[in-house]
Amino acid sequence: MGEYRQPHTLEELQTALKAGTAQILAGGTDFYPARVGQPLTQNVIDITRVSGLRGVTEYPDHWRIGATTTWTDIIRESLPPIFDGLKLAAREVGGCQVQNAGTIGGNLCNASPAADGVPVLLSLEAEVEISNGENVQRLKLEEFILGNRRTALQEGSVLTAILIPKPAEEDARSMFLKLGARKYLVISLVMVAMVVEMDASGKISTCRIAVGACSEVAMRLTSLEAELTGHKLTLSLLDNVTEDKVKLLSPLDDVRASREYRLDAAVTLIRRTIERLVTA
Amino acid sequence: MTGSIKLTINDISHDVDVSPIDRLSDVLRDEIGLTGTKVGCNAGDCGACTVLLDGDQVCACMTPVAQAQGRDIRTVEGLAESDMMNSLQESFLRHGAAQCGICSPGMLMAATSLLSRKGHPTREEVEDAIGGVLCRCTGYQKIVEAVLDVDRVGNVIANPGQAVGARIAKLDGREKLTGDERYGADSIPADALWVRIVRSPLPASEVEIGSFDELIAQTNGLDGVLTYRDVPFNGFGIYPVGKDQPVLAVDRVRYRGDAIVALVGHKETVRSLNLNDLPITLTEESGVSGISEARQKGALQLHDDNPGNLLTEGTLRKGDVGNVREDTDAIAQGSFETCFVEHAYIEPEAGWAKRVGDRVEIHVTTQAATMDKIEVANILQLEEDKVRIAPTACGGGFGGKLDVSVQPVLAIAAMKFDAPVACVYERPESMMASTKRHPSEITCRFGADKEGQLTFAEMTAAFDTGAYTSWGLTVADRVPVHGSGPYFVPNVEITSRGYFTNSPPSGAFRGFGVPQAAIAHETMMDDLAVDLDMDRLEIRLKNAIAAGQETATGQVLKASAGLGQCLEALKPHWQHLQSETRAFNKLHQDSPRRRGVGIGAMWYGIGNTALSNPSTIEVGIGQDGKILLFNGAVDIGQGTNTILPQICADALGLPVGDFTYIMGDTDLTKDAGKSSASRQTFVSGKASELAGIDLRQQILRHANAGEAASLELSGDRLRIDEGGLVREIDLSTLEADVDGMVFRGSGYFDPPTTTLDKNMQGVPYATYGFAAQIAEVEVDLDLGTTKVLRIKAAHDVGRAINPQQVEGQIQGGIAQGLGLALMEEYVPGVTENLHDYLIPTVGDMPDMEILIIEDAEPLGPFGAKGVGEPGLVPTAPAIFSAIRDATGVRITRAPVLPHLLRAELKKQEAANECG
Repeated sequence: MGEYRQPHTLEELQTALKAGTAQILAGGTDFYPARVGQPLTQNVIDITRVSGLRGVTEYPDHWRIGATTTWTDIIRESLPPIFDGLKLAAREVGGCQVQNAGTIGGNLCNASPAADGVPVLLSLEAEVEISNGENVQRLKLEEFILGNRRTALQEGSVLTAILIPKPAEEDARSMFLKLGARKYLVISLVMVAMVVEMDASGKISTCRIAVGACSEVAMRLTSLEAELTGHKLTLSLLDNVTEDKVKLLSPLDDVRASREYRLDAAVTLIRRTIERLVTA
Repeated sequence: MTGSIKLTINDISHDVDVSPIDRLSDVLRDEIGLTGTKVGCNAGDCGACTVLLDGDQVCACMTPVAQAQGRDIRTVEGLAESDMMNSLQESFLRHGAAQCGICSPGMLMAATSLLSRKGHPTREEVEDAIGGVLCRCTGYQKIVEAVLDVDRVGNVIANPGQAVGARIAKLDGREKLTGDERYGADSIPADALWVRIVRSPLPASEVEIGSFDELIAQTNGLDGVLTYRDVPFNGFGIYPVGKDQPVLAVDRVRYRGDAIVALVGHKETVRSLNLNDLPITLTEESGVSGISEARQKGALQLHDDNPGNLLTEGTLRKGDVGNVREDTDAIAQGSFETCFVEHAYIEPEAGWAKRVGDRVEIHVTTQAATMDKIEVANILQLEEDKVRIAPTACGGGFGGKLDVSVQPVLAIAAMKFDAPVACVYERPESMMASTKRHPSEITCRFGADKEGQLTFAEMTAAFDTGAYTSWGLTVADRVPVHGSGPYFVPNVEITSRGYFTNSPPSGAFRGFGVPQAAIAHETMMDDLAVDLDMDRLEIRLKNAIAAGQETATGQVLKASAGLGQCLEALKPHWQHLQSETRAFNKLHQDSPRRRGVGIGAMWYGIGNTALSNPSTIEVGIGQDGKILLFNGAVDIGQGTNTILPQICADALGLPVGDFTYIMGDTDLTKDAGKSSASRQTFVSGKASELAGIDLRQQILRHANAGEAASLELSGDRLRIDEGGLVREIDLSTLEADVDGMVFRGSGYFDPPTTTLDKNMQGVPYATYGFAAQIAEVEVDLDLGTTKVLRIKAAHDVGRAINPQQVEGQIQGGIAQGLGLALMEEYVPGVTENLHDYLIPTVGDMPDMEILIIEDAEPLGPFGAKGVGEPGLVPTAPAIFSAIRDATGVRITRAPVLPHLLRAELKKQEAANECG
């Protein structure tokens, strides 16, 4: 039987991290499903009681979302429109049970290709804050998630927060769409997240689009973003969303959906995301 | 690392000595004894374990008990106050929202969390709140209605003689809604040894099983290992001969999930040992996957007695298809495919057993107590009366708990170790090991004259029966009998074949092959309608078989053939929905949304096919005035615990409210046959009626009263009133039999059938259920997704003993039919959990309206037939018909996953552009 540590402060967390190999546990919504029918023997550090790791805080140039902030916390938090996409994603995570326990930090650390939080956080240009007890390091989300269930998190380190830069423009909107084979409790076939910022003249000054579940790690579509930038947010943008824009994605061909379908659906979802942003 | 953890559960403090990492669900159930919180998957996929932490719903199976410390924990046991159910529980009871009841605690807690924040939620809010809890029985509609209707009060009470036809609440509803009900995993003795079956990870392999002596000696907590050497008769199966499934592997495994050995000992020990730790050598063979591989020359032969991997082959012949085929006006033809489908009952297989002298007692979740008894006795090579099966409540079956699961190993272990032994499958084990719906490949050709009258039906159906026979022969019999559909067809030729493959055994699953065949015959009907430019409902009405006509087996239906009435009842809906969808499509012609309406019809023989399937039910009155039904039929959620007393009560002339019952215990009840084939209401219902009549006769004779006398019970006094002449019997003064009964009646019924001849002609069933359903769907042309918006279901049930339960059966059937049509595909090694294998959630269900048609069956109790399976059969055909109506795509494979429909739509688009 392993050790179970439940630190209450960052100092205690540091001590726990130094005490030896341990699995970090937050909401448990990935931990337990991976151990069905198996004895629970490993060392665990439960970070849910560490003060200062939960909740959303606003700073002059960014927001900080503590790693143990749950999806329900995000849904209930009063946040500006740029977080609409994140809230939509939060509502699509599992069912209410998973939203109440599962954390945003855990979603990133678990690094599933179908993680609901990743595309939307990519579209928000999120960075992650990692602490090993001595140093605090900031990494772009792209640099943090390296592959299917692989992250840059080192043994003895813990993800403590997600940092979201504030938009440059006043008019900043976001949107998120998820396609699954049923309504609730469903693993994504395709996800699209998008952020647009409009300058004073109503032209798109910043555009970020990320697609999830169509590659090992969710990806930004930078060439399409560049094409849309500088235009007004209207339905005529849809003409730019063509099949070649998703060619860099490499979705799976599996029992849930064919590779061809996922690419095709990604195009449709991107178009619908734009439509929703236009009408928002 | 264990230590004391303080928990506050339902306002009561508990100190438990557990590991902080333990799942809260395990601590609640095993340490505190609160087994109302159910475990369906241990992975957050089913929500059965939903509890409240500080008012918010969480899955207890994913909550480390350490995180629950210091927080307010609420479980289902905390809802009722001083034995009075709260208004939500009462609403669930009133609405029939619980069927098997295994999801009810989770549903109640999820809804409680919502209602505590919002007193009057919208339907959408209710759906969001319970979206994380899966139900496989109800189709969710009555659950949603119960949550929305939480403020109302009042229950239906049936007076004497008025129980039949009354929407009374389930007699076993309260225990299901308070957490008191005991399912397979809920009454395991604390000192039980655990049994874990080690299963094959390979679909086909030679196996060498070494000696376990050393391992047992070295391993603390491992009491022993059962191998094939411990099994007196190492084969089981449904039929008296051909018991081809080994309890434990001898030298081969034939599917991924095949049982190899069973570890017996401490729970943690048996869970921690893996196949690699054991002296077992597997040498993989090149197995057979799918029907075409099974048929190939040189393919691995699964069983010596079945060359060509052929389990069975049979042909039904009526009239002369060859003769009429040439001069038929319209001919439709097609090929159809379906895949493995998993039952996905929310309660995994579970039970425990103990040795009592030279007998073994097994407490288990099952659909077939007596079959289990006979099977276990044969495996142990004991007399049948040395085995007692005491069924627990069953958390869903749908055919999947007809075959034995934990019973054989539990019996062997209990006898060998002379200790209580328990076995509970985890979800992946349940999915790997248990039977599935038969995958099918069906080719057919139907003909009609220019008026649309069917002239012939031809079908060849091949079924993948998996590694072992299971119910393969039944499917092979059912399909030819039903394959021409619920129509009068003068000439029929249908061949069915079953093939062994290295896949999970295909067994019984709601409909025994008929749902697969219905997809084929209903597409034929739509094809003919298109070809002849006829209305799809009208062509079915024109051909609907009626009393006085001959079925494909040459059986002349004497009565109760209500398909015509079902279709007539649907007509107004059919026209209304069609005009609505046309208007919608016109309005949205620039959008990718397309609506369509479709129809499916079916018939279903009630009871075993061309076999005797009797039931005996007894009923008695005790010295205390309690009426006790000795009910051998297992209630698997379908409601026999209520239906049979309703029938018996009216036959007896006393109120159903005075009834109690013993369910299924093979020591205390007579054989009522298995709960399958939609037979219990019809067969055991008739036996209950006869038992009630018999008991009434005993009482009247004792009182020397005539037929017309009325009975009244008041405590232990029984009053017999014959036109004002009142006699009172003091029951407490009468001599009681061994079971404490002072009067006792018995009823026996075996539906009259005959065997089938070489052309499968004869009387396979005494009666048939009929139904037709209309589906309205919306297809997203760009994504290939299908949302079923509405289903109108008309079912001829003969007589609805309890209309609420009839609706519940049909709604639940529709949910499973929708899953079959749109999302369910079991792939061994790939979809062995409830997040990769998708069943409908509340958000996937349409609005369902049930139209009950009562064309009485003279043989049945008060005219009743069965409805368990019919609910599912027409749904997939109706949905496919609707998708075709919306898009023009003719579906030939189930499930029509979004990517498959999208591919067909693109093909169609390309063809239209070319043309």
